[in-house]
Amino acid sequence: MTTATAPYRSELGTGRDGFAQLLRAEWTKFRSVRGWVIGTFAGALLIVGLGVLTGANSECGIQLGPNSPSLACPAPPTGPGGEWVTDSFYFVHQPLAGNGSLTIRVTSLTGLYSTQGNISAAGNSDLGGMTPGVQPWSKAGIIIKASTARGSAYAAMMVTGTHGVRMQWDFTGDTAGLAGTVSAASPRWLRLTRAGDVVRGYDSADGTHWTLVGTVTLTGLPASAQAGLFAATPGHTVTSSSFGGSSAVGGPALATGTFDQLTRQGSWPAGRWTGQALHGVGDNGLPASAQKFTQSGGRYTVSGSGDIAPDVGGTGKVEHVLAGTFGGLIVVVVIGVMFITAEYRRGLILTTFTASPRRGRVLAAKAVVLAAVTFAAALAGTLIVIPLGQHLLHENGNPIFPLPALTYARIAGGTAAMLAVAAVLALAVGTLLRRSAGAITLLIAGIVLPYLLARTPGVLPDGAQEWLLSLTPAAGFAIQQSTTAYPQVLSDYSPGNGYFPLGPWGGFAVLCAWAVLALALATYALRRRDA
Amino acid sequence: MNTLRAEWTKVRTVAGPGALLLAAAALTAAIGVAAANATGGCPGRGCQVDPAKVSLTGIYLSQAVVAIIAVTAVSGEYSTGMIRLTLAATPRRWRVLAAKAAVVGTATLVTGAVAVLASVLAGSVLLARHGIDAAHGYEVLSLGHGPVLRAAAGSVLYLGLVALLGLGVAAMVRDSAVAIGTVLGLLYLFPIVASFVGDPAWHRHLDQASPMTAGLYIQATTNLRALPLTPWQGLGVLAAWAAGALLAGGLLLRFRDA
Repeated sequence: MTTATAPYRSELGTGRDGFAQLLRAEWTKFRSVRGWVIGTFAGALLIVGLGVLTGANSECGIQLGPNSPSLACPAPPTGPGGEWVTDSFYFVHQPLAGNGSLTIRVTSLTGLYSTQGNISAAGNSDLGGMTPGVQPWSKAGIIIKASTARGSAYAAMMVTGTHGVRMQWDFTGDTAGLAGTVSAASPRWLRLTRAGDVVRGYDSADGTHWTLVGTVTLTGLPASAQAGLFAATPGHTVTSSSFGGSSAVGGPALATGTFDQLTRQGSWPAGRWTGQALHGVGDNGLPASAQKFTQSGGRYTVSGSGDIAPDVGGTGKVEHVLAGTFGGLIVVVVIGVMFITAEYRRGLILTTFTASPRRGRVLAAKAVVLAAVTFAAALAGTLIVIPLGQHLLHENGNPIFPLPALTYARIAGGTAAMLAVAAVLALAVGTLLRRSAGAITLLIAGIVLPYLLARTPGVLPDGAQEWLLSLTPAAGFAIQQSTTAYPQVLSDYSPGNGYFPLGPWGGFAVLCAWAVLALALATYALRRRDA
Repeated sequence: MNTLRAEWTKVRTVAGPGALLLAAAALTAAIGVAAANATGGCPGRGCQVDPAKVSLTGIYLSQAVVAIIAVTAVSGEYSTGMIRLTLAATPRRWRVLAAKAAVVGTATLVTGAVAVLASVLAGSVLLARHGIDAAHGYEVLSLGHGPVLRAAAGSVLYLGLVALLGLGVAAMVRDSAVAIGTVLGLLYLFPIVASFVGDPAWHRHLDQASPMTAGLYIQATTNLRALPLTPWQGLGVLAAWAAGALLAGGLLLRFRDA
């Protein structure tokens, strides 16, 4: 006779494979491998250490005379928006009390330029060796400015070398007016009117039909502002680039505007106009002695050098102290790939999939854990290295490029987020290939190498550089870009100088797209393939 | 001799190394062709195209493939446990490392020679088509020309030295992921960090110590005076890195439990 015995049942409750349990399992795997934990710390340390290395070894100094001590590099003046600006030009001004207007006819804009480098170094005002010709952004016109202090608020109507009539204000603002170049046969009439804090700019091709070009508000414009004529021009540069390397040749330039039919409304003084070159230490323009103003009858000629524009200069940028991101990236890629390939190598993957048969969720849990750990470690690194590195740069005489707090937050948080997304990309590629060496090489060749090739001058031509940084995951480094490219300032906006073709968020989106694509492929492969 | 034969058999009978060697050669030549095609003459003074360097751009990428081959030749044995068998058969461990270096190094040199030859030939045809030839004042791109021969032969040696560096590092750290990360970090990180350093003296020092930047000076045929080291000195820097890695790897292999 047989007795029915109840089958064995474990007294433990049924296990659950909820996502929280999966996350906990993956977190346990990560934190219990000593090499990965040490590696994560080492990655953060690399970010800090290499940033300190570059900050401590970037000295900036100028000597005013052969025997004078080296001084810290001077910081450019800051404009009303807090940004660095160039504010050097020849200013012919009178105080304008209260509201009023200034109208003038421009009959010519001519220029001279040097191809011999900076001839202003010796204070040489001999213009004999210069070549006639205007620069694209040579400018001459009328301006209302808060004061003659460099960096003060302004609004101006001007004719330019090749960009027609423009209204510009407060260094970053720029609106186009009438197109075409100015000449005696086709002169341009310009007008600025002030009413309180509001300045309006008008242009006209015949002196009777006027078009409003722009209306700007100059907050806090004093009751008595300086108003008058000005001329300025950035230097002449020719940049040629090729595989052999890009080379820039050029020198300072001079722009001369000829004006007549000046009419004024409002309370202007009766005396003469005051001519003055606004000029600062370290400017690349011609010395003040080469800039001048003459008046004969109703005809005014103003010659000036320099520029009124945002300064897109290269020193003291926050990117310089983030050089360690690349070291951190290599560590992150190695750990990200190993987080999955180690499971294949040890056979742990069989246990993992037995415990949690829904493989896509395993990959998702791994991605979440990896991204969170990487983000936290990298954020700690960037939050330490940015203030520390900038302090070192400052100690070494570098003026620090001023940035809004929000931009600092984007750069610090974005760098950490970029590394986290790169870790997820590494995890996905590791899942697809299941081989560490191949996956890591593919990732480093796909992320670090394009950036290296695009940044190193003379390895690739400009077109190829921008193409690489638009399509490869290296585009993600754009999140670190701290400066803005201004169309009204000619400069080296190449990746080597810290400018990315897609802008910060566009570049980051390219990296994210690669990570999403790789994750989708990895999930598909994981489901279809035997483990 | 038997050790050499054993190592050759290991390399020959696994699909990976052969395919990777082919890939390295194809990449070198393909990138060389693309680079030569994208190069135009440049107007103005002070702008120089270095034809040898342009046609050998592919080395930047193919060195990574060579590094995989070298690293997996050592770390593959650790991950499969084959290393115990190898060391049981050849207890003199230095000899194992030397045999691996000879086999992987020779395979890399042969592949590299084919790849470099193809790159230079393609480069000379394509660059001439873009007006970059002796008639327009550029350096001649022909192996009969001393500096070009030095650049070409030096690039082959460069790949061989990268393979030795990979072997040494892999013998040190044993794990393939860490080893490949270390090798590629050594190669690619120096020039990036150097480009952010503002002080010219420090920039120069970093370039002089960098295995890739200094090693690739061997490819320069124009404007040699502007380089911080002569081409052969530069290749010597990479050789020093490779020798150091092999020595450290050999010592660890000799005195550590496998």
